Amino acid sequence: MSIHSSANTYTPDEMMTIAAARLIWPGCVCFVGIGVPSAAANLARLTHAPDIVLIYESGGIGTHPRVLPLSIGDGELAETATAVVSLPEIFSYWLQAGRIDVGFLGAAQIDRFGNLNTTVIGGYSKPKTRLPGAGGAPEIALHAKQIFVVLKQSPRSFVGKLDFCTSAGFLNGNGERAQRGLPGAGPQVVITDMGILKPATRSQELTLVARYENVSVERIRAATGWPLAVADTIDVVAAPTAEELRVLRDLHKRTAIAHAGDARRSRKIPRAAAGQVNV
Amino acid sequence: MQFGSLQEVIHQYIHNGQSVALEGFTHLIPFAAGHEILRQKKHDLHLIRMTPDLIYDQLIGAGCARALTFSWGGNPGVGSLHRLRDAVENDWPRPLRIHEHSHAGMAAAYTAGAARLPFGMLRGYVGTDLPGVNPQVRELRCPYTNTAIATVPAINPDVTVLHAQAADRQGNILIRGIVGAQKEAALAASTLIVTVEEIVESLAAPMNAIVLPHWVVTAIAEVPMGAYPSYAHGYYARDNAFYRAWDEIARDREQFTEWITRHVLCSHNHSEFLDSLAEAA
Repeated sequence: MSIHSSANTYTPDEMMTIAAARLIWPGCVCFVGIGVPSAAANLARLTHAPDIVLIYESGGIGTHPRVLPLSIGDGELAETATAVVSLPEIFSYWLQAGRIDVGFLGAAQIDRFGNLNTTVIGGYSKPKTRLPGAGGAPEIALHAKQIFVVLKQSPRSFVGKLDFCTSAGFLNGNGERAQRGLPGAGPQVVITDMGILKPATRSQELTLVARYENVSVERIRAATGWPLAVADTIDVVAAPTAEELRVLRDLHKRTAIAHAGDARRSRKIPRAAAGQVNV
Repeated sequence: MQFGSLQEVIHQYIHNGQSVALEGFTHLIPFAAGHEILRQKKHDLHLIRMTPDLIYDQLIGAGCARALTFSWGGNPGVGSLHRLRDAVENDWPRPLRIHEHSHAGMAAAYTAGAARLPFGMLRGYVGTDLPGVNPQVRELRCPYTNTAIATVPAINPDVTVLHAQAADRQGNILIRGIVGAQKEAALAASTLIVTVEEIVESLAAPMNAIVLPHWVVTAIAEVPMGAYPSYAHGYYARDNAFYRAWDEIARDREQFTEWITRHVLCSHNHSEFLDSLAEAA
């Protein structure tokens, strides 16, 4: 699906990535995961925030990947990093010590207080769907100074009750997060493929504050599994600029070519190696 | 420390029922060693790995494991590990007991294991449902400040298996690139097995590179391409296309079993495994 605007044609996924990238400020120290967070953070680096510090949990600090990594530990991340440290060090000296400005997280489910599920759909012991699980997320959600959440909006992902809480947002809201002494400020913004939500000041319930052009508030309500709070004034997020789209598409194109190159190599590598092996 | 063939080393040091950690965070995953465990039909293993990755998907799908300790069980950048899912969701091919952590929790557990402390601690797991499903995650009060700290019992595998770039003739091991929690997992184990890309006269290791000295290493086997389809920095890249292709192979039980039989069980060693993949390509 694509939307036509006066300047460009773009997809909801592109809009989501670009909207997330715009929220990153120059110099921001950003802990990123794979997928949309990685695409958005690198788009920011290649446009308005060339000096952001990208940190991946595999140990790369200050990485400048030329193409998007498929995995969290692609060699590209190490080769282009200022420093590569061990995993215990990343989680203790860097994340736990409070040195991360923004933690970027996705999820399978989110609730109205920004709590996240990446563990199971259904019961834990006999799940309907076993998801990958926690990874770095629980402690990123705990320690980063603030969290940006990126996920597509639908009644399946925006749920009244999580099947499992993998990472804490505002818990039950109304200040519970701070009362329980969680160090970071929690999810300050949720960027979807329809618009942007932010926590309300007192209740901390996620509230729709902006929509993308050609997406109605009614559609966003229908894609939310709870009665959605809507701000008095709803901003309309500016459509992607030609430059944003060009940079994002170039990045995806370079990435696709690089990963297709892996396929060619994979057929060559085993043959080449076979000759070297002494058994 | 001894040098040996991979077949000899796995036969001699990995036994049914043991706890075994094949570590390597996306980089330097010891695939060749995992396949040899599979060929030798080791069973009732308690597998430990932060990211089970394709190698544990294969061992779990082949029925080698009774339990799994892990912190993120997906196919990186691709999606599910279908064999792990089938084991958890449907007990196929056998029930799998899981001990689930976060990365930070597991890193703390390995670090404690390496230091021979009884438990690791972290500011972690707060507000999550994980302690409710993993009773090993507990809490204590700091004796100085009275603040709450999460604790995890030390992980001390019976055997840790790593893949590394090189060993020298004495058996010192060099690891460079993304190092994950390999050093911690290595020093936490009772027995340490390392496969290497090559054995060299001198490591010529940069100062501060990770060198595991020969006297903490139990056995070394030279296995070129031993991390494939994962990668070895400076030797070969990660085969991202293989990781994508695995999604389809592992989705179906029969197709998975055929793949394992054809490429792993019908190959006598890693070199033949690589040849069989090349022929199929």
